[in-house]
Amino acid sequence: MLAVIEEGLRRVFALDFELWNIVFLSLEVSLSAVLIASLLGLPLGAMIAVGRFPGRQAVIVVLNALMGLPPVVVGLLVYLLLSRAGPLGPLGLLFTPTAMVIAQTVLILPIIAALSRQALEDAWREYREQLRSLGAEGLRAALTLVWDARFALVTTVLAGLGRASAEVGAVMIVGGNIDGVTRVMTTAIALETSKGDLPLALGLGFVLLTIVLALNTAAQLVKEAAMRRYG
Amino acid sequence: MSAGAILPLRLEDVVYAARGDPIINSVSLEIGAGPSTIILGANGAGKSVLMRLMHGLLAPTAGRVAWNESDPRSVRRRQAMVFQRPVMLRRSALANVVYALALARVPAAERHRQALEALGEVGLRHLAHRPARVLSGGEQQRLALARAWALHPEVLFLDEPTASLDPGATREVETIIKAFDAAGTKIVMATHNLGQARRLGDEVIYLQAGRMIERSPVERFFLQPATPEAAAFIKGELPWA
Repeated sequence: MLAVIEEGLRRVFALDFELWNIVFLSLEVSLSAVLIASLLGLPLGAMIAVGRFPGRQAVIVVLNALMGLPPVVVGLLVYLLLSRAGPLGPLGLLFTPTAMVIAQTVLILPIIAALSRQALEDAWREYREQLRSLGAEGLRAALTLVWDARFALVTTVLAGLGRASAEVGAVMIVGGNIDGVTRVMTTAIALETSKGDLPLALGLGFVLLTIVLALNTAAQLVKEAAMRRYG
Repeated sequence: MSAGAILPLRLEDVVYAARGDPIINSVSLEIGAGPSTIILGANGAGKSVLMRLMHGLLAPTAGRVAWNESDPRSVRRRQAMVFQRPVMLRRSALANVVYALALARVPAAERHRQALEALGEVGLRHLAHRPARVLSGGEQQRLALARAWALHPEVLFLDEPTASLDPGATREVETIIKAFDAAGTKIVMATHNLGQARRLGDEVIYLQAGRMIERSPVERFFLQPATPEAAAFIKGELPWA
């Protein structure tokens, strides 16, 4: 057991090409998905927080339910869309990193939209009258709210990132875990464990944990400093 | 400023009810340009709700609120409101004023200069680049007034603007309100502070339990109130004014 851990760490610090290739692809895929899902999800959450429209409660319930979407189901749906016979088949995206980004975006969009909706609804109670008085309505008010609550929303975005970087099912199905092309940390860990290459699996697990911890620490520090500065 | 004025503002049999309880009950009045109007009444009399009905933040349950101008955009842009607790955006004091100017469609090149000028008017120019939310309560309220000042509103609604301020900050805010008045902005202010009503008001609308009980020039209201309700309110409140 100890020997396995030692070998795992050695490969991490030996800058094992295969290992770090996988790490960078993982980051690229998950961060891209978080970026796209945030650009869409934060304004969407804000619009729902600010808006009063028929069926609003139903939209909120559905969005909250979608937070629990199983990654394999998302993977399957995106697979069907992108497979050769599917509506987006001609684009030839299946088994590419792009397909993985799409699947993870679909997976975490509801998380970011639902959590931001909740956070922004509280802020909106404070801002509503003032913004209406100044003449900010609809999308304008929603975007103002997102920008003003930007520090609180860091946690929301991190929740999305956590989900994206931790899931296996969706990227496995639409990416195919192709060596050097679509192999990411989680799919590699699953594969190497089943193959018996525990050092590589463990090394990857170690890197994954460290990255997630580092990102969360950085985000927390930025958030606290900004909160102190802007009140 | 475009030619037509949005004043007078007319309220016709305005009722506002929340869960069946009338908070404003059949109020009819006209607010014209000129003398500043104080809406006076005890806590819970409906002052804040009446202000919000006038400012358009609440829609009346029954009756009509009508301005002398039919375009709602124009009506919105030519009035401003300062709340008891100002809400500032998480950006600099200057940026808060610039934001209001942007919403009022002031050309981008003009905003910075106009915002600085408004901050100067309330004595906050030296704090222009300070984050608005870390300013003191009094400074934030002056910033709210600067934000309103930059818009050059025809009407300024103030909802108990000094209720959470200390005497020093209250004086500063009152001075700025007088400057608005002197600049020709119509002041409509809700307060339960009789001293403040006397210092800033030309006429008083006395509200009790959602009804307009009395409307008189300020001197007459305090010396010879026309109704027993107003007389009782003045007598009851005076020791703390």
